[in-house]
Amino acid sequence: MARYLLRRAVQGAFVLWAAFTAGFVILYLLPSDPVEIMLASTGSMGELDPGAVAALRAEYHVDEPFYVQYGIALWRFVQGDFGTSIPQRLPVTELIGQALPETLGLAGLAFAIAVVLGGGLALLTGYLRGGRLRWLLLSLPPLLVSIPSFWAGLILLQVFSFRLGWFPAIGNRGFASVVLPAVTLALPTAAIIAQVLIKSLRQTWDEAFVVTATAKGASRLRVLFVDVLRHASLPSLTLVGMTVGNMLAGAIVVETVFSRLGVGRLVEQAVSAQDIPMIQGLVVLSALVFVVVNLVVDAVYPLLDPRIRPSRAAT
Amino acid sequence: MSDPATTLPGGPAPHEPSDPGTPGLPPGPDSGLGPASVSVSGFGPVSEPASDLDSEPGSGSDLGPDTASRLGLPRRGTGGARAIVRRPGLVLSVLFLVLVLAWALTPGVFAPFDPLVGSPKDKLLPPNGTYWFGTDHLGRDLFSRVVHGASLSLTATALAVLVGFLAGSSLGLLSGYLGGRFDDAVMRCVDVLLSIPGLLLSLAVVTVLGFGTLNVAVAVGVAAVAGFARVMRADVLRARTQVFVEAAEALGVGRWRSLIRHVLPHAVGSVLVMAALEFGTAILAVSSLSFLGFGAPPPAPEWGSLVSEGRNYLVSAWWLTTLPGAVIVLTMLATNRVARALDAGRGDDR
Repeated sequence: MARYLLRRAVQGAFVLWAAFTAGFVILYLLPSDPVEIMLASTGSMGELDPGAVAALRAEYHVDEPFYVQYGIALWRFVQGDFGTSIPQRLPVTELIGQALPETLGLAGLAFAIAVVLGGGLALLTGYLRGGRLRWLLLSLPPLLVSIPSFWAGLILLQVFSFRLGWFPAIGNRGFASVVLPAVTLALPTAAIIAQVLIKSLRQTWDEAFVVTATAKGASRLRVLFVDVLRHASLPSLTLVGMTVGNMLAGAIVVETVFSRLGVGRLVEQAVSAQDIPMIQGLVVLSALVFVVVNLVVDAVYPLLDPRIRPSRAAT
Repeated sequence: MSDPATTLPGGPAPHEPSDPGTPGLPPGPDSGLGPASVSVSGFGPVSEPASDLDSEPGSGSDLGPDTASRLGLPRRGTGGARAIVRRPGLVLSVLFLVLVLAWALTPGVFAPFDPLVGSPKDKLLPPNGTYWFGTDHLGRDLFSRVVHGASLSLTATALAVLVGFLAGSSLGLLSGYLGGRFDDAVMRCVDVLLSIPGLLLSLAVVTVLGFGTLNVAVAVGVAAVAGFARVMRADVLRARTQVFVEAAEALGVGRWRSLIRHVLPHAVGSVLVMAALEFGTAILAVSSLSFLGFGAPPPAPEWGSLVSEGRNYLVSAWWLTTLPGAVIVLTMLATNRVARALDAGRGDDR
């Protein structure tokens, strides 16, 4: 088990390194000059003399060849240093560290809502045998997938904040302010969970052990929850890793719509200001989230399905 | 699009983990099969295709009681026209897409007013007979702006899909066909790209390229490259071991000629379906980036930025955000519906 964990940790480190490199290549290799972008964004393009620009270039190592730049950046990355945010003049890690708890809270609540909503929808359609209600429920996930989260968020704002006044419209104050953003963030994820779970529930109903359970006289509800659900939830679990990544991406839009502080807002601001070190740090952060979530998912697999043992999963 | 009988029994296109949402889900009316019908195991593959055909939610046709005639609608049969008549959801989707395409191609015909010049005395009017979608704070007709916006938004979407499709499938084609070190290297890159959320990747590219419709389109396309490459590679790997490819090579057909003439036509099908599915994703991504303000600069109407502009009048003018957003939702629904029909038409949902 210890060897397995070690191996996974090495794999995770590799993904982080690769994401860092991918981000570096995209951000530094494409035909653009970070110093020029920086000067243009601060509006001091024409004011500085060539000497000062050259000094700035040297400070950010832009004048070095690519492999030297990469080496410097990689050495810093290993030490956990992502440089300084260009417009804010603060370390990237500090800014991300401040924003992360807000986004984690938002994403955590959204994830819980998505699981309850999506799982409930799938289970209800799995329980119903037919009829208009089932048809209606089945048409919900494709509809939810098609709704852009910025639009869903604005509609929720209009109805629940402005018309009904149940929730505050913007900001990070208290639990009430996180409800609408979390629901907005949860909707597309819930739809995806429901789609995958509905499909695997449907396939599981045809399995021999389900027939056996039914033949032994178990009620449909019992078969659904005890036999079918456990077997059918594996594909959805695989989905979780991707879902969490999507939540991070969704937070970019949702936090902008609801004017909340958080990592998503940082992304939006960093892109607006073309803040390259910040973007680089956020790309690595998303890879880190991906690695951690997949580790957790792999750890949960054997609990659901005893046939999957770490030794086998590692091969 | 039907597959020749030479394909492996496994079916041509597995659902890749990269496109989990929209493609799957053939929710048929028959999932609650009783034990009696399950025990006839040979019936599995027979009843499945039937449910693929007309069980799509939204079409409404799966409530039809005539199960026998539904089973008599094989997808490879001649009843194509009849099948379409039986699926009003699909027909509506196609009609809506044709309408939106017409908006994009000839906006002047459909837009009653100038999208950029308004009449200030008519500002912030709710939807009415003259201004179907109402007017904005400058008195511009929102419907005309949406119609004109179709051009920018759909061009960006199409360009994004094209970039992802061309770059991704040629990468996958080479990777799958050459194999070896090259394949390993490309696939590791693909894995890494897939581990970064698409929107974040697009934003990173936009950061470097700068803002604007064209750059947004390229950025969304770049984010889709990895998914296309992976699907294409899987199909090339399957196709290159086929007997007819071996036969062609044994007969002395060159490597590249064999790749283009024999492997590519056989492998391109599921990537094309994926391109259709990717349209919905790309509409969403393009409009999200445009909503965030990275698309065309303000006076130009883009669907995402129209919604964004309406945010300032959320309390007083609901139509400014709601109606352009509704058009985006309808377009996505229609696109996904058509793409799903293409997907099911390939018969790979077995």
